[in-house]
Amino acid sequence: MRALGAILVKDLRVELRTLESVPGMVLFAVTTFVIFRFGLDRTSLDGSLAAGVLLATVLFAAILAVNRIFVAERDQGGLDAIRLAPVDANALLAAKVAALVVYLVILEAIAVPIFAVFFLDEWSALAPLALVLLLADLGLAATGALVSSLATGSRARDLLVPLVLLPLIVPLMIAAAAAAEPLLAAGAPEYDEVATWLAVLGLYDVVFLLVGYGVFDFVLED
Amino acid sequence: MATSTKRDNGVAEVHDAQQGREPPAIRLAGLWREFGERIALQDVSLELAHGDSLVVIGPNGSGKTTLLRVLATLLRPSGGDVAVLGARLPREAWRARGRIGYVGHEPLLYRDLTVSENLRFHATLYGIEAPERRIDELLERVGMSRRAGELTRNLSAGMAQRAAVCRAVLHEPELLLLDEPSAHLDPEASELIAPLITAGAGRTCVTVTHDFRAGLAAGGRALALGHGGWAVYSGPAEGLSASDAEAIYRGALR
Amino acid sequence: MRGLRTLSAATVATVVAGFALVFFYAPLDADQGFIQKIFYLHVPLAIAALVGFMVAAVHAIRHLRTNDPVHDARSYVSIHISVIFGVAVLVTGSIWARASWGKWWVWDEPTLVSFLIVFLLYATYYPLRYAIEDRDRQARYASVFAITAGAFVPLNFLAVRLAESLLHPRVFATAEGGMPGSMWLTFGVSLLGIGLLWLTLVRFELVAKDTSAQLSRLRRALEGSPRPVPAGGESRPSTPQPAPDLQANRAV
Repeated sequence: MRALGAILVKDLRVELRTLESVPGMVLFAVTTFVIFRFGLDRTSLDGSLAAGVLLATVLFAAILAVNRIFVAERDQGGLDAIRLAPVDANALLAAKVAALVVYLVILEAIAVPIFAVFFLDEWSALAPLALVLLLADLGLAATGALVSSLATGSRARDLLVPLVLLPLIVPLMIAAAAAAEPLLAAGAPEYDEVATWLAVLGLYDVVFLLVGYGVFDFVLED
Repeated sequence: MATSTKRDNGVAEVHDAQQGREPPAIRLAGLWREFGERIALQDVSLELAHGDSLVVIGPNGSGKTTLLRVLATLLRPSGGDVAVLGARLPREAWRARGRIGYVGHEPLLYRDLTVSENLRFHATLYGIEAPERRIDELLERVGMSRRAGELTRNLSAGMAQRAAVCRAVLHEPELLLLDEPSAHLDPEASELIAPLITAGAGRTCVTVTHDFRAGLAAGGRALALGHGGWAVYSGPAEGLSASDAEAIYRGALR
Repeated sequence: MRGLRTLSAATVATVVAGFALVFFYAPLDADQGFIQKIFYLHVPLAIAALVGFMVAAVHAIRHLRTNDPVHDARSYVSIHISVIFGVAVLVTGSIWARASWGKWWVWDEPTLVSFLIVFLLYATYYPLRYAIEDRDRQARYASVFAITAGAFVPLNFLAVRLAESLLHPRVFATAEGGMPGSMWLTFGVSLLGIGLLWLTLVRFELVAKDTSAQLSRLRRALEGSPRPVPAGGESRPSTPQPAPDLQANRAV
């Protein structure tokens, strides 16, 4: 546990100092909103369109962070240092998952209000939307960290991460969009089916956290 | 310490007179390691008692770094018996990890953290509580107290190396594995780190170096690794002439 | 491999029988006509491919546990054949969609859509493998991928199916509701035939790989390289290298 905390704090400290991931993610998201505004020729979004634009943007912005999450370890020899220490391999994975969640939450804290200002007429469902986003972030982080650890050991890592991650993330997308759609419906938000989709999101998170827990030892060994 | 050399089937083995009394710090029997088609280490056998020092020499690419990384539990052996600090590798690697210190080619420090942040991070990984005093003391001894607050990316190679040595000995390891620890270091800096990395009571050292006479001077042994095989030399360094040293070095080449 | 000939014979027999049943025995669909019969190819291919991906995941688990390259080979070949079957699933599915709904692709058919996603995922298996140069790590990471992807497949089907049933509750004329007995028999035989075909193709490719591996081992042994010849396990080099002659080896 203390190793998890130490690695997470270390990553956050480095991010705060270098600002490599989060500002880029935020800028990317806002620019993408603008692109969607013109691409769809819409100034107001609701329902499935709003859910889709928001989630797709978050997803692609997440890839920016996922690409970089293991780079410091691989390039600067940090991986050796952690492997030498009496530290569980899964502590490293958990720290990376946690770091990604933090980055995504910060991203959404900034980008979702901007999205609401740009496109939404109705803001009342933003609170339950936050829950949907949180569960989606956890799933994104779990899968992203695992894929990043595989790709960082390879040659074409910037290409491989989106290539492998995107299909893996489709069920997450399906569930998150289906949950968000009624929340962002024109008129009043509806809450009927949200619970089902939250359950699917939760299931996705659990499955991929477990998979990561089971296989990460083998990713680290040499 | 009485040693004898036995030649068996053309392979020399060294038997330590203390064998059998307490488990040695390192015991290798037929260690080999391959990378795909390439065999980096072939059938290496060795025993090293606690408190002893071993110097590893050989031409580039002869597997010195590979051997060190296997001992550090960073690489799995492809075959053979390997026991480090009583832990059989690779299954029991976790038992040895907290007691090993490793200085490699990379300083293993995060470039965007300061020296003291790096050392504190490592202290937490090794479960050292309240490490500030130890960190300050180590930095003082290697002459880096004033650079403690600098980002590692701004350090010269020599300073980074000194910080790396601090990182390696921070948790007072029983076994020190050093891959050319004096690289990038001027003679003065080498002298500063020397007391931290010599073998003695409670500390066994395996050092890869090109200056093995210094290593042998401490009463240790030399393992010469070559592309054709390997051999162990033990004995006083005083009687060694430069050409003898050369012969040992080249002897492993065939 | 023992029994490969028997297996191939059984496969050919079953597939031919299946085709015969499809053409001459199974009832003609009133709405879709003859082209509906591609269902007997499409669904068994899909089932075989999916089972194949699961099998690959199991082999991958065994590979990580034992570090035996045999399981890695089995995992790789299983994915390989299943991906090829996957392409066939998409093609036959598209033809069936055209026949049933007039379009070359439909998003309403959950099996087809799930398959597209699964195919897109497993297609990345190759660039992932070949981007990693170190052979051991390549095999290990490939196994990690196969396990992750194996966990993904059921989750994916669940999500897509749920999306279709909850978001677009329409009933489709799939073959699942109310199939007459003659259809079941034809379907069963087709399924068996396709399953055997999968097994046979996997076996063939494994034999081919094994043979070429043996060939390279023999070649290397003839060239006199000191590489050990493991027979499915780890072994030490049989002839230790002669120690160099150390003139200055003064034992004290």
